[in-house]
Amino acid sequence: MGGQVGRGFPALEAGGTSSSFFDHVSRSNPELLPFRTSMGPGQLPATPHGTTIVALSFAGGVLMAGDRRATMGSMIANRHIEKVFPADRHSVLGIAGTAGIAIDIVRLFQVELEHYEKIEGTQLSLEGKANRLGAMIRANLPMALQGLSVVPLFAGVEAGEPAGRLFSYDVTGGRYEELEHHSVGSGSVFARGALKKLWRPGLSADEAVAVAVESLIDASDDDSATGGPDLVRQLWPVVYLVTADGAARVGQDALAAVVEAIVARRTAERREA
Amino acid sequence: MAQQFYVSPEQVMKDRADFARKGIARGKSVVVLSCRDGIALVAENPSPTLHKIGEIYDRIAFAAVGKYNEFESLRQAGVRYADVRGYSYDRVDVTARGLASVYAQSLGTVFTAEQKPFEVELAVAEVGESESGDHIFRLNFDGSIADESGFLAMGGQAETVQAALAAQWQRGAGMAQALRWAVAALESPHAQAAAAASGAPSPGGSGGAHLPAASLEVAVLERKAAAERGTHRTFRRLSDDEVALALAAGS
Repeated sequence: MGGQVGRGFPALEAGGTSSSFFDHVSRSNPELLPFRTSMGPGQLPATPHGTTIVALSFAGGVLMAGDRRATMGSMIANRHIEKVFPADRHSVLGIAGTAGIAIDIVRLFQVELEHYEKIEGTQLSLEGKANRLGAMIRANLPMALQGLSVVPLFAGVEAGEPAGRLFSYDVTGGRYEELEHHSVGSGSVFARGALKKLWRPGLSADEAVAVAVESLIDASDDDSATGGPDLVRQLWPVVYLVTADGAARVGQDALAAVVEAIVARRTAERREA
Repeated sequence: MAQQFYVSPEQVMKDRADFARKGIARGKSVVVLSCRDGIALVAENPSPTLHKIGEIYDRIAFAAVGKYNEFESLRQAGVRYADVRGYSYDRVDVTARGLASVYAQSLGTVFTAEQKPFEVELAVAEVGESESGDHIFRLNFDGSIADESGFLAMGGQAETVQAALAAQWQRGAGMAQALRWAVAALESPHAQAAAAASGAPSPGGSGGAHLPAASLEVAVLERKAAAERGTHRTFRRLSDDEVALALAAGS
């Protein structure tokens, strides 16, 4: 509204970025961003970290699941943390790494997608969403180099397409499309092994939930930073299913049944490793 | 250099107001009304993509008449304001009252300080927990702001439409009923014009030209969206089929 004098066509100059909340905040309120470009020197204090996230495709969509433990060094900082979030109606993201920054990046990403949708009147394409997330992770690179890294996993379904897609990232914002399944975080090596054995093409949604939960149980078995299902507190992993109908969280009762079946089977087998 | 003629401030403001009013009166009308199930926003708008009604935030919608590029820039500014505020505080801290007062300031500044006032009239609606918790604000081109209770009409034939609404609107109606009232009110200027042209007395209400669903833009703020759809966003645009269905139900 202000009579700003641009060098060319003012509306067109602004038009390139006006649909992005991230760009808008970077210009107008950079202090609101979860990351800043410069941080003073010094030893970093211990901060809570989130760990294992698994994601896998199944017939008609993608699934993402995360355990509930946040650790600070060798201590458990939180038993209830959620690391998998809906990004918008048709996509979800999970985060491993420094919890404080990761949760704010999730919030920023959720607003980014909603903002675009409201300004433009249409949803961003799945590729577009994945690229925007990459840009945000890249913006966090200076912090990552000082030890506050965030590594997300992104999954979604493009409207009108039958199958879901899965994207992983490195700390520089590099974006890689994954096929079948993927896992990030400190327990991911163990989860990945489990996924390789348990996953098969054409899983149903229920089977996919069981595979994801079992791979998280395997990760928690060998990685101290990954929390297993907590039968005392009745804490189950956070599991989201994304299909053409949208993203939906799997209910507590369904997860309890899945966990109990796996635990009962393993108890009966009494295997050591 | 040419001599600057003195024009009194009263005259300047009056000229600006007349100019803006003329611009707004050329357009078609928009109706916003609250009902049991939420708030309905209905516009006569043949374009399927150039919207007069838009989502601002979880419980807040925007409707406008006048010059498209001007109200579109205001809508986008409103979305930015709401998203920044919700991101830096919390989603519940974004209110229609806050947004309306920011709009009032912008419009007021443009009206007095810029070359030309905005030729727009805006409505900012916020759906509450119950019908008495709804807010509908009307914002004028000069920055004046009014808190309307229940319903408002603005645009080309605002007075006729507002009168038609006032005659019908009641608290506690369902959404389909509210949509029928809104469309009947939007049709009333057409009916009057048709009646005047044919010389017959006005039948009052929707006796004249019927507005088809395709020439209507309809959106709703659903009061129970969180419970029924599991989303914090209450704004939903209705398709032509849904509109036709709702309108057919009562006739």
